[in-house]
Amino acid sequence: MRTILEGRVIREGRVEGEALTTRQPISFYGGVDPETGRIVERGHELEGVVITDKVLVFPYGKGSTVGSYILLRLRKRGLAPRAIINQKCEPIIAVGTIMAEIPCVDEIDVSKITTGDIVRIDGPRVEIWKRRPDP
Amino acid sequence: MYLTRLEERMLAGEYGYAAQKAMEILVALGKVYGAERMIKIRSAQISGVSYGNLGEEGLEFLLKLAEDGRVRVPTTLNPCGMDLEKWGEMGVPEDFAERQLRVVEAYRKLSVEPTLTCTPYLAGNTPRLGDHIAWSESSAVIYANSILGARTNREGGPSALAAAIAGRTPLYGLHLDEARAPTVIVNAPKIRGELEASALGYRVGRILGSGIPFFRGLETVSRDQLKALGAGLASSGGIALFHVEGITPEAHTHAEVRAEDKIEIAEMDLQEEIEILSDDFSDSDLAFIGCPHASIEELTELYLLLGNRSAKRRFWVFASRAVRAQAERMGLLRRLEELGVKVYCDTCPVVAPLNKLGIKTVITNSSKAAYYLRNLHGVRIQLKPLRRLVEDIVR
Repeated sequence: MRTILEGRVIREGRVEGEALTTRQPISFYGGVDPETGRIVERGHELEGVVITDKVLVFPYGKGSTVGSYILLRLRKRGLAPRAIINQKCEPIIAVGTIMAEIPCVDEIDVSKITTGDIVRIDGPRVEIWKRRPDP
Repeated sequence: MYLTRLEERMLAGEYGYAAQKAMEILVALGKVYGAERMIKIRSAQISGVSYGNLGEEGLEFLLKLAEDGRVRVPTTLNPCGMDLEKWGEMGVPEDFAERQLRVVEAYRKLSVEPTLTCTPYLAGNTPRLGDHIAWSESSAVIYANSILGARTNREGGPSALAAAIAGRTPLYGLHLDEARAPTVIVNAPKIRGELEASALGYRVGRILGSGIPFFRGLETVSRDQLKALGAGLASSGGIALFHVEGITPEAHTHAEVRAEDKIEIAEMDLQEEIEILSDDFSDSDLAFIGCPHASIEELTELYLLLGNRSAKRRFWVFASRAVRAQAERMGLLRRLEELGVKVYCDTCPVVAPLNKLGIKTVITNSSKAAYYLRNLHGVRIQLKPLRRLVEDIVR
């Protein structure tokens, strides 16, 4: 099944990948290890999960603005997510995706995307192929 | 978003890589916040100087910008991880120092003045009432907005740098009159000293989370207490502006405060806040003041409280190089040093590699420092007013 959503471009790009989704906001500074690409925030529902090469889907960023630099560091080490989809992008993610040149779209209903879905981003357009039925 | 011809040309890359990257960042921010256009700024203050946070990749990014980029407005820099001259004496390892110096050099190439202080307003970057600026460093942002009446949002390091290179920032939020009105009235108790001011800020920030408090009952507050109050507000809450009745420059424009919310803070609440932020230990590895960086008045008060008694334990003061130079000209610096006080510049305990210096227990008078040292460095803290802190170190 294919769903097409239209969002707003924060950082232009065309890319396809497997979705990794969370309903919780993500803090890149202190919350993601720049050496491994792993989410390390204690108690986060994705704690221990590696975000590398995923289309990372979360409502919005949180935490320190140093988080923008963490996105850049992940990218330069080949550990960054392939793209980012937000419900409502905030400055840490917006600035970080531009510095790191990671495609980013927001104003997307992120509840429509499940971990494991294949997602293709082309500018503001987000195509979703369901891999598993919704629980 | 409306862009002038010049802004469009920057975005198209006609002014080089750095200006293009800067405009891309600013346009994205404008989009996120629904800004209609850009506004020219008069100064910038940039955080993100510590190598620990930037990493090799962040440093590369700065060097790439510096290849063809220069800041277009006077721009100052937040503290880094060490005193640039006395890092050896502080106990900072050589490899850390070498990397830190490369970061500072990269900013210098961008024509950023390496003031390396969180109090640029005490070091020559002092905006006027109504000036639009783009500052990062939450304690400096709230000081500029509240006490100076300049206008800035809470920028991050990269967005402040982008604004400095482009000479403008998206027009939204605290740049606009309507966003500067108070949202809540705070009836405050009488404040004695920086620690109480700092605890008041920390408590109100914790209760509110965000918004613009309008303080009543602080008619006798000093400039240093306002600095401490702001730093507290900005570290426990996302607060970037406050007003104080009869004191701050925009307070009178909101004479009829219509805020419906009102909170009462009692003297007891401040003591409780100080206790919440304090741990139990008997021996301190370090006692320090200067978070935010100390003013010349604070250095003078310290000297008077010492009253010719020497520090028996490690005692550091953090200040900007400008304030240190002033203390030197006054002869104050030499007298403090003779009493065993070390005055360090360019850095502060929040960004210095405390774990590498073997510091685990700290006495200070700043709620902001208590919060960050606990959370970032796992250091145990005791908060004490300057007078009691001094009695501790001369014992």
